[in-house]
Amino acid sequence: MPTDTLPNPGTNPEKNPDRSTGELIRLEQVTKQFGSNTVLDHLDFSVDAGKHVTLIGPSGSGKTTILRLLMTLLKPDEGTITVDGQQLFPASDKQVREVRKKIGMVFQQFNLFPNMTVLRNITEAPVTVLGMSKDEAVERAKGLLDMVGLADKCDAHPAQLSGGQQQRVAIARALAMRPQVLLLDEVTSALDPELVAGVLDVLRDIARSTDITMLCVTHEMNFARDISDQVLMFDSGRIIESGSPEKIFSDPELDRTREFLSAVL
Amino acid sequence: MTSGLWELVLKGVWVTVQLLVCSALLGAVVSFVVGVARTHRLWIVRFLAGVYTEVFRGTSALVMIFWVYFVLPVAFGWQLVPLWAGTLALGLTYGAYGSEIVRGALNAVDPAQKEGGIALSFTPWQRLRLILLPQAVPEMIPPFSNLLVELLKGTALVSIMGMGDLAFSGNLVRLALQESAEIYTIVLLIYFVIAFVLTRGMRGLERKLKAGTGKPVGGTPDQELDRPQTTGVGGAVA
Amino acid sequence: MKWDWSAVSGFMPHLWDGLLVTVQILALGSLISFALGLVWALLMRVPSRWVTWPVGVVTEFVRNTPLLVQLFFLFYVLPEWGLTFSALTTGVFAIGLHYSTYTMQVYRAGIEAVPVGQWEAATALNLPLHRTWSAVILPQAVRRVVPALGNYVISMLKDTPMVMAITVLEMLGQARLYSQEHFQFTEPLTVIGVAFIVISYLASLALRALERRLAH
Repeated sequence: MPTDTLPNPGTNPEKNPDRSTGELIRLEQVTKQFGSNTVLDHLDFSVDAGKHVTLIGPSGSGKTTILRLLMTLLKPDEGTITVDGQQLFPASDKQVREVRKKIGMVFQQFNLFPNMTVLRNITEAPVTVLGMSKDEAVERAKGLLDMVGLADKCDAHPAQLSGGQQQRVAIARALAMRPQVLLLDEVTSALDPELVAGVLDVLRDIARSTDITMLCVTHEMNFARDISDQVLMFDSGRIIESGSPEKIFSDPELDRTREFLSAVL
Repeated sequence: MTSGLWELVLKGVWVTVQLLVCSALLGAVVSFVVGVARTHRLWIVRFLAGVYTEVFRGTSALVMIFWVYFVLPVAFGWQLVPLWAGTLALGLTYGAYGSEIVRGALNAVDPAQKEGGIALSFTPWQRLRLILLPQAVPEMIPPFSNLLVELLKGTALVSIMGMGDLAFSGNLVRLALQESAEIYTIVLLIYFVIAFVLTRGMRGLERKLKAGTGKPVGGTPDQELDRPQTTGVGGAVA
Repeated sequence: MKWDWSAVSGFMPHLWDGLLVTVQILALGSLISFALGLVWALLMRVPSRWVTWPVGVVTEFVRNTPLLVQLFFLFYVLPEWGLTFSALTTGVFAIGLHYSTYTMQVYRAGIEAVPVGQWEAATALNLPLHRTWSAVILPQAVRRVVPALGNYVISMLKDTPMVMAITVLEMLGQARLYSQEHFQFTEPLTVIGVAFIVISYLASLALRALERRLAH
């Protein structure tokens, strides 16, 4: 399918005048502990609009926690998080929901709603949360399903789909909310190996043809190399190294990074 | 048995069915309101709902019926017609058991589903209505089916207050005939048939609700062992 | 609303009398239901339809019909058949029988929860059937079963007032008697309402403690 026919959720910056440029996400001195285990340790970093940032590092190093903090699934113990100028924690419920509307998330375990058909999984939030008309939501959902290659699965229930198909539906569901930011939390980790490529192809498409800011936690290093503008290497709750994918993957500065990469590549 | 006595029994069946329907409706409302309140994020709401459950589950349904019949009118000046008094006592008591079923089923929904809802910016009420309840309700049907049979059995208690239900009409027929075996066997059989119809109906409902979500109907042996704690007159352990 | 403390203190001696009867019914009824339930559960495992079918039908029938009507049945029908028992004995037996149809399900689930490997090991050791049951299966099943049985004891407690319908003076019967003699309904009925809540709450705490101990 040629890229220019994609029903993109927000391709053109001109068409979205309210879409921000410059810094979109900022974390300052963010600390998160689970019990006595410090998962994030006074972390600072920011992401500019439209950038694709990949978070790598050993498991337990806090990558997923950052995505969950941004999605407000968790609260930080210390520090501030700002998304598009709005500070989270503390913020009113209403403000938090406004921020959530700008952020989409795709989960490792898909988290599709088993009680809804594929189509309704995608249309429900645009209709109830964004107030989109049902017809428009259905039309857009069909376009998105077409894009992820599942146009014929509208009326299926999630339980009838393979893991890879479910994950592609979950991507379509996230995009249907026209997010400015897309959080991808190890989206291929729960998939059988032969299903990984299909999901990654869809994500490559989105990275190439939209201006959505992406934060991606993944162990797929080739994918990370393809789509990233920046790679952050995590260890023990801190960013120990960051840079362009070319630099991190070909010529990392730290031994720790090199060790990690040689273990996963 | 004469046709007059049969008529008495049928009248009793009708009162029992009315009482069952009314108290089941009240009980269902109480179950969902209190059960959902027990998963509320404010501790005070959870606490008050928990107190309700403990108090109404802690007391005996028959004591509750006595209380509603004798104390409410004296203490608060509410003289209820027998049907409403029975409905109130049974609905509030069995609703407390039902609230445990609702709470258990809501808590059993994968927390990831709630996160999926948060990620799509649903409000808590939208998450409950669109995601949690549709997934939890089919799981509630088997325990609710058991509870409904318990409620049916509980309706017989109003006969002690002299309300003309099936059990009461059985007593009247016994007095009229001076013979017990036949009439009580008939009464028990009628209750059994009603219970059978209720159970079958609930099973059909479960099948209908689970259609399409790819979930099996009926439980595993392990769930079976847990069931007494969430159903009927069973559980007192939160 | 008028509350008369003298009615409360006047009723208290009767409450203790009634409580004693309630506890008796509960203790004996529990024992009958535990024993009879186990009998039903074991009979249901006999590999013959001639046994399982009648046992299944009877227990299903007893479980799905009101205890109150069963009490009436036993209280009025047994004497017609020449079997005369005291009201208390009849009440205890009716409650025990009724709840045995619940405890049998608990036992069944407990037995089924014993891993298949345990049966296979017993077979491999050539244990006779009665030793397999008494030394291997039941001891493991009972540990799993105690909390659920305890829950039924608590529900049985809440069903004991029904025996007042066949003239036994347990707590509620005492309260009704006192109310009718003194024309004071509020205080005795509220007192026993609270008594039930307190007793069943304490019992559930005790059961939770027992469950924790068994978990080790």
